[in-house]
Amino acid sequence: MGIGTSILLKMNTEKALRKLGVPATVTTSDISAARGAAQGADLILTSAELAEKLEGTGVPVAVVNNFMNAGEIEGVLSTHVPQA
Amino acid sequence: MALDLLSALPDTAVVLSAHPSDWREAVRLAGDALTRSGSTTSEYTGEMLAAIDELGPYIVIAPGIAIAHSRPSPSVLRSGLSWVRLDEPVEFGHSRNDPVGLVIGLAARDHADHLEVMSAIAAALADQQATAALATAASADTVRDLLANASAGQS
Repeated sequence: MGIGTSILLKMNTEKALRKLGVPATVTTSDISAARGAAQGADLILTSAELAEKLEGTGVPVAVVNNFMNAGEIEGVLSTHVPQA
Repeated sequence: MALDLLSALPDTAVVLSAHPSDWREAVRLAGDALTRSGSTTSEYTGEMLAAIDELGPYIVIAPGIAIAHSRPSPSVLRSGLSWVRLDEPVEFGHSRNDPVGLVIGLAARDHADHLEVMSAIAAALADQQATAALATAASADTVRDLLANASAGQS
């Protein structure tokens, strides 16, 4: 159901990754399919409201509060992604 | 690919001075606007509210901004947006981004349309100058111009 909002997060995450110089593939998923979609991922980005539903997959979960704030997303990514 | 904003967000889908008493009414206004502009049947409004009842206020994606939406369904007649600006912001119960002064309704027939419609508004919502101008835009034309200019300015 969260395809709409996750597209915004994907766009701004890709922007942040480019700025950080980290090559990565970003995909979106609605919450009902997200646990499956996370298999093989390095990191899950989501909102605080949905984070709990995504725990326990073995993939780290990071919370972004403002999906439109590239600076916040860069900060979240740089604590989880090894710098190139 | 530029979306035809006049078709996706026609005048009938824009409300610039709403007075909902709570978040539920604010989402209903965004749904009414989608129905009025021909994007959805009135059932879609209930689907948007059910999504929030089920998953919580995660749709408040940035300070003051909620994206009301549900998944593609038969109640979506054609993909489009609605734009409901509140004179008095309301609480959605979000831990960080309350209160909400702008509810954007989103209806899409499929995931590709979701992407196209969201792309049309993403640049403006990420731009502080554009969001400040959108908060005081006096007409639907101005809203569409600001969205289009922000998209064009993004390389």
